[in-house]
Amino acid sequence: MNIPSQITTLLAGIALTLVSFWYGQNHDLLPISASVESIRVDSLFNLMMTIGTGIFLLVMGILVYSAFKFRREPGDESDGPPVHGNIPLEILWTAIPAIMVLGISIYSFDIYNENGGADPMDHSMAHGKAHQQMASMPGSAMAGTLVAQADPNQQKAEVVNSDPTTAAIREDLPQKKDAPTLGVVSPKIGGAEPGAPEFVVNVAGMQYAWLFTYPGTDVVTGELHVPINQKVLVNITANDVIHAFWVPQFRLKQDAIPGRQTEVRFTPNRLGEYPLVCAELCGAYHGAMNTKVVVESAEDVQKWLQSQQVASAEGLSKAVATTPANMTETEYLAPYAKEVGISADTLKQLHSEHHSMS
Amino acid sequence: MNDREPLTFLMTQAAEYQEQANLVARGSEPDKNDWRKYFGFSTDHKVIGIQYLVTTFIFYLMGGVLATLVRTELATPASDFVSREVYNSLFTVHATVMIFLWIVPAGTGGFGNYLIPLMIGARDMAFPRLNAIAFWIIPPAGILLMSSFFVGAPGSGWTSYPPLSLMNGKAGELIWILSVLLLGTSSILAAVNFIVTIFKMRIPGMGLNQMPLFCWAMLATSFLALVATPVLAGAMILLSFDLIVGTNFFNPTGGGDPIVYQHMFWFYSHPAVYIMILPVFGMISEIVSVHSRKPIFGYKAIAYSSVAICGLGLIVWAHHMFTSGTPPWLRMFFMITSMIIAVPTGIKVFSWLATIWGGKLRLESPLLFAMGFISLFVIGGISGVMVASVPWDIHVHDTYFIVAHLHYVLFGGSVFGLYAAFYHWFPKMTGRMLNETWGKIHFALSYVGFNLAFMPMHKLGIEGMNRRIAEYDPKFAALNLLCTIGAYLLAVSTLPFLVNVCWSWVYGEKASDNPWRGLTLEWMTTSPPPVENFDADPVLATGPYDYGMGSRATEVNVAFSDASDPVLSAGPSSTLRAKPDPAVAASPSDRVGESHNR
Ligand code: HEM
Ligand SMILES: [Cu+2]
Ligand SMILES: [Cu+2]
Repeated sequence: MNIPSQITTLLAGIALTLVSFWYGQNHDLLPISASVESIRVDSLFNLMMTIGTGIFLLVMGILVYSAFKFRREPGDESDGPPVHGNIPLEILWTAIPAIMVLGISIYSFDIYNENGGADPMDHSMAHGKAHQQMASMPGSAMAGTLVAQADPNQQKAEVVNSDPTTAAIREDLPQKKDAPTLGVVSPKIGGAEPGAPEFVVNVAGMQYAWLFTYPGTDVVTGELHVPINQKVLVNITANDVIHAFWVPQFRLKQDAIPGRQTEVRFTPNRLGEYPLVCAELCGAYHGAMNTKVVVESAEDVQKWLQSQQVASAEGLSKAVATTPANMTETEYLAPYAKEVGISADTLKQLHSEHHSMS
Repeated sequence: MNDREPLTFLMTQAAEYQEQANLVARGSEPDKNDWRKYFGFSTDHKVIGIQYLVTTFIFYLMGGVLATLVRTELATPASDFVSREVYNSLFTVHATVMIFLWIVPAGTGGFGNYLIPLMIGARDMAFPRLNAIAFWIIPPAGILLMSSFFVGAPGSGWTSYPPLSLMNGKAGELIWILSVLLLGTSSILAAVNFIVTIFKMRIPGMGLNQMPLFCWAMLATSFLALVATPVLAGAMILLSFDLIVGTNFFNPTGGGDPIVYQHMFWFYSHPAVYIMILPVFGMISEIVSVHSRKPIFGYKAIAYSSVAICGLGLIVWAHHMFTSGTPPWLRMFFMITSMIIAVPTGIKVFSWLATIWGGKLRLESPLLFAMGFISLFVIGGISGVMVASVPWDIHVHDTYFIVAHLHYVLFGGSVFGLYAAFYHWFPKMTGRMLNETWGKIHFALSYVGFNLAFMPMHKLGIEGMNRRIAEYDPKFAALNLLCTIGAYLLAVSTLPFLVNVCWSWVYGEKASDNPWRGLTLEWMTTSPPPVENFDADPVLATGPYDYGMGSRATEVNVAFSDASDPVLSAGPSSTLRAKPDPAVAASPSDRVGESHNR
């Protein structure tokens, strides 16, 4: 190798690095970021994009260069040099990618932990009741049946628990019906997690709509309103088939699975309306199963909740069998005039022992 | 030793050296080729291989028509071309056909069958009848699947997740299950056959490390198929019980768990992506080395990375389920294993590049498609690592980003690789050369069409377009139109290939035994080879990739008395080895590495 070719290689290497770093930050592929979580995901993507661009340019560069440089002369039937390998080089191109993917893994792990909101199971404990409450909401018919239906195992458990000694410690025994997901049998073990959510919404997916309920209120809507800069917890389930809750601007997605409750957490940080998309094939109209998320100030959310309260009260009294039929509308709505979101009556009506709504 | 004169020849080229050594083994010209055998129950692995290739290519065309219909619907945002139900059936059957009736059977059954016995110097596969049965399962299964359009085709995606798959049309779903079960059975039968053939039927002197890399790839592929496919069969059978008998394995209304299905499905279907790509990896190793006139760079690294991929491929399946309520520790586990699988994959890519580097490239269709394969597969590998990262996958799972990723690896990867293989081995299979100009046109059209159709999908997915939808937000219209135009171009690109193959098969220029001057044993017999491939056991005078090792005059005395005598084949004691050993290059500056495979 002569010196000029080494210099060219060096220059090519520098150019490749610079282009990769530039493109990693300026690819213009990402939509608007509207949550604290999405900022982190974007930084991860930018890193992967930088590395990816570098690898892509390297491989393409070698291929294109070879195609021109190493093309056989017409009529040359001889073979190339008998190079069978080069152990140090092979170790190098095993080690460098290994270190890269390890780095990406660690970084991803970090971001994943910081974005703990996307975690479906860690926080199941504190919100077991919220799930229960959701399950009895209209529009959660199937999930409701799942929990409420006579379950032979649960019946056996009840019998065992009627024994006086067992009854004494009953509170400490995990109940299958309280399990946040199928297969998780000890939901009562473990404490409440730090940083409890400030705003809880329950959502049920069904062919082909999303139904949002706001615990502590009677509001059932087809769109999601959340306050800006507050930790939001969305409990997710589905009534019929699997759906998926996806807000591209939050970079978060979680499947809505019939018979299970999952959750997604985020902190919106940008006012506006964003698409909320069903991302799991759920039938013919899957492509139309969209709604919107509205990020607004906390006051606006409360205002909106009140207006919805009035609007949906009638519908709800029909839908929820436990709503006292003899209640007048004024009586029914009275508690909300005082304090939106907290109403002992409503809570009772909804069989909710929920406690976290502020 | 025998009555024949010891042959003395001037060794100028590794290929000639290998050919000279195998003059005895070279099959006699087959008498008139009877085309009727291709339509019957033949037990000849070459006939079966061609049967597989032609059959699967016909299914590929059908799958392509379905894809074109899908893209036509997506040319505009509204659902205005077919009904939404039909749209779902279109992409469901499209994916099922492409995977189970084209790439898997073409790569393993087609090229595997044709090449493996030839490459290891055998007369046929270990179980010829089983081989024929494995093939004859495919046409009825394929016809069955396509016929579902008459009763309402399945429409819950090729993944067929319950409960949706239990709620759509029963008949279509049942047909889907049945045909997948049949195709899975065929795949298992073929896998058993490959494993036994490769382990038991190599010519004497061909150790595992002297096998062509395609054999390593087929070994890894067959092992995956053998381990993973039964689990898919289990899932299918349970799903069919839920569907017909009303059991509740996966149906949550009766206490079943739909997520268990996903685990079972992906336990097969992730390895399945390697079943689709490993044979192609193997063929690319062959093609790149022959057409660059250089030994494959890092034989052992490539061979063992296939084995590593095979092992790792079995423990990454839940990366398809990062948003399915998978617990965090599982997400992390599957993220790390998925990331690690990029390392052996990278080893292969870099080894191919190093093989090309400094070679004497014959830039014709086989190598063009092989280089196209490398460039496109790398993009799919990069997006693969991205989606293996949990936080990023949570964003792009089930979006067009995934559609882009999977087409870069499956179309840019497997299909481009299969095309490279068609161009490379067509002369051996038919005794005729393909037309080179049309090959180049085919390559240019597919390369441009492919990138036009699938590159924009990355952006679509990231920006918020979910997959499997018949209608979409008008803000995505422009890019989708571009994708549709690319898809049409891609559809058109098939025509030059089809015409070229049909015309050349009959009128093409006659091919010599070894038109590319390759070293592997399939080139050491006639084109096309006779029924039993070789007249005597071929011998390994050189390793499969020893290009450039004989480019100097060396006199060798070769006695061809007993071709099956290991002394005459490879190995240190072989009399066939040139002295001085060609593993040591002529000039010291060329003496970069030892031949790893002799
Ligand atoms: C670098 C190696 C690779 C990695 C790390 C990787 C990773 C992944 C991941 C994580 C997914 C799931 C994404 C999601 O659905 O959210 C995926 C999807 C997919 N991959 Fe890969 N992949 C790699 C290579 C390949 C190869 C070689 C093939 C096939 C030849 C392939 C075929 C597919 C297919 C078909 C899907 C989509 C399945 C579906 O949902 O229908 N991938 N890949
Ligand atoms: Cu949907
Ligand atoms: Cu996978």
